[in-house]
Amino acid sequence: MKILVCISNVPDTTTKITFTNDNTQFNTAGVQYIVNPYDEIALSKAISLCEGGKGSVTVINVGESSTEPTVRKALAIGADDAVRVNAAPRDAYFTAFQIAEYAKSNDFDMILTGRESIDYNGAQVAAMIGEFLDIPSVSIIKKLDYDGTTATIEREIEGGKEILTVTGKFVASCAEGVAEPKIPNMRGIMSARTKPLHVVEAKEVEQLSTIQSFQTPPPRGTVKLVPTEETEKLIDLLHQEAKVI
Amino acid sequence: MSVLVYVEHADGKFKKSVYEAVSYAKAIAEQNNTNLTAISIGAVEASELNALGKYGASKVLSVNNEQLKNFVNQAYASVIAEAANAENANIVVLSNSFSGKGLGPRVAVKLKAGFVDGAIELPVVEGGKFTVKKTAFSGKAFAVTEITAENKVIALNPNAFGVKESAGSEISVEDFTPADKASDFAAVVKEIIRATDKVSLPDAEIVVSAGRGLKGPENWGMVEELASLLGAATACSKPVSDADWRPHSEHVGQTGITVSPNLYIAIGISGAIQHLAGISSSKVIVVINKDPEAPFFKVADYGIVGDAFEVVPKLIEALKAHKG
Repeated sequence: MKILVCISNVPDTTTKITFTNDNTQFNTAGVQYIVNPYDEIALSKAISLCEGGKGSVTVINVGESSTEPTVRKALAIGADDAVRVNAAPRDAYFTAFQIAEYAKSNDFDMILTGRESIDYNGAQVAAMIGEFLDIPSVSIIKKLDYDGTTATIEREIEGGKEILTVTGKFVASCAEGVAEPKIPNMRGIMSARTKPLHVVEAKEVEQLSTIQSFQTPPPRGTVKLVPTEETEKLIDLLHQEAKVI
Repeated sequence: MSVLVYVEHADGKFKKSVYEAVSYAKAIAEQNNTNLTAISIGAVEASELNALGKYGASKVLSVNNEQLKNFVNQAYASVIAEAANAENANIVVLSNSFSGKGLGPRVAVKLKAGFVDGAIELPVVEGGKFTVKKTAFSGKAFAVTEITAENKVIALNPNAFGVKESAGSEISVEDFTPADKASDFAAVVKEIIRATDKVSLPDAEIVVSAGRGLKGPENWGMVEELASLLGAATACSKPVSDADWRPHSEHVGQTGITVSPNLYIAIGISGAIQHLAGISSSKVIVVINKDPEAPFFKVADYGIVGDAFEVVPKLIEALKAHKG
C-alpha cells in the first residue's frame, strides 16, 4: 500500500500576524514555521495504516527550499520519503495541480491532506486533487478505517456526521480526531536526515486567482465590566444595547 | 453571463445559510445586470423551491432522481458544473458549509474558475479587477482575493451576509436532467446521523463556549442550559476537547472551528491567541472569568469578573425572567 500525504509549511500558531509591502505580503520576519497541524494528523494516520510493513508513506510539499526543515520534520515523524515540488504555493489550484501531476506518474492507493492550512484556510486542495485525478474526495473527515481495498470514512456535517465507503483510490482531508499526532522519537529524528527527499520541478498551469492585499481585524473597544452582584444587568445590556438576544 | 447559486438542502429543507447564499448571489446578479438561477439537487418539497423566489432567484433547476437523492460529492459537482454551462453562468455561489467545502473546489476545477472559499463580503469590481474579501490566518486577518479567471466560484461563509428579501420575484421551477456519469458514484453514503435538537456550531448566531475553568465535563449542564435558553450552539476551548470533556466538533480556535456569531459567550476560557483567532469575527463577545487579568477581557465587549459557578446560574435565572 502506498499513501501520499500532502504537507504544508505554515507559521506556528502563536505567531502574531502582520503584513509588509503596503499590506500585500505576509511578514515572515522572525516567524517560526511548522508542519500544518491538520497535515500532521493526516501523516500520523497514514503512518498507522502502513505500520508493520503494510505499506509506505510519501510526503509531498509544494514549496521553495526554505520548507525543507519542515519536510524533514515530516520524515522524522515517520514518513518514508519526501518530495518537494520546487515552487512557492501560489494558490490552492496551483498546489493541487502540482500534487495531482506527481500522483499521476506515481501509483498511490490514497492521498491524505489536512482539512485546511492554518494560514489560508482554503480547505480546497484535497477536493481539487480529487477533481484533477477524477477520483472521489472526502473533505473534513473524522474517522478513516481501511481494510486494504475499501475505506470506511466518517465526514463531518452540520449537527452530525455522514458515513460513507469508497473502493479504489480517493483523496481525503483530515480533521481532528482522525489520529493522534505522532511525536518524532530520537530514531525518527536521526533517520530523517538520510531518508530520501527528491526535488521535482513545478509544471506550468494558469493562475486563476491571486491575493491582492491583507487586512488585520479592526481593534475592539474596551470591555464594559458588569459587577457580579449585578449579573442580571448583562441580560438587559445584551438585549437593549447590543441587541443580540 | 448569469449567476448560479447551489441551494443545499438538509432533509428536504433549506437553512438560513442557504437563504444567505441566495441573497448574496442575487446581489451579485444585480451588480452584473443579470439573472439568478438556483440549482437544487435531491428530494426537496415544492414549497421550499418556490420560497427561493423571495430571495431573488428567478428560476430554480430541480434535479431529483434516485441516484442523486442524497449528497454525493463527485456527482453533485458534475451536476452543478453542467448547470453552470447550460445557464451560461460564469459566477457560481454556494454556502461554505461542510459539504460546500468539498464541492466548491471541484466545481471550480471543472469550470477552470478562480475560487474564493469563505467570502465575507460582496465582490468589488474596480479598475477591471474582481475582488472578494475572505478570512485568512484562521481568523487573525482578512485577505482580499482577486479572481483573474473569467469563471468564478464563491463559497459564502454563514452569518456573513444576512438574508435579504427581494420584492415580488416570480420563480419558475424547472426539472433538470444531468448527464449520467457512473464513475461519479464511487463513494457510497451508508448513513447520515444528525442530531436535530442541537444548533449547528458553524452556522450559529449565538454560541455559549466554556473552557478549563469549568473544571470537568460533569459541570457542563449549566452551559447546555444557558445555550438552550438562548437557542445557541455549545462550543469549547482546545484543552477541553483534547481532554475529551467535549467532542472535537465543539473545539473553536485556530486548529478548530472558526465561528462568526452575533454573540459569543466565553465561560472560564482565558483567551489564548489561538482561541481568539477562531472567534475574531464575532460581533459581540462576553467573557466570564474569575481572573481579571485573563487576556480574553482585552477583546471582550462585556465582561464579568467572577466565579462561573455563581455567575452562570444567575444569568440563567435572569434570562428565564427576561423571557417570562
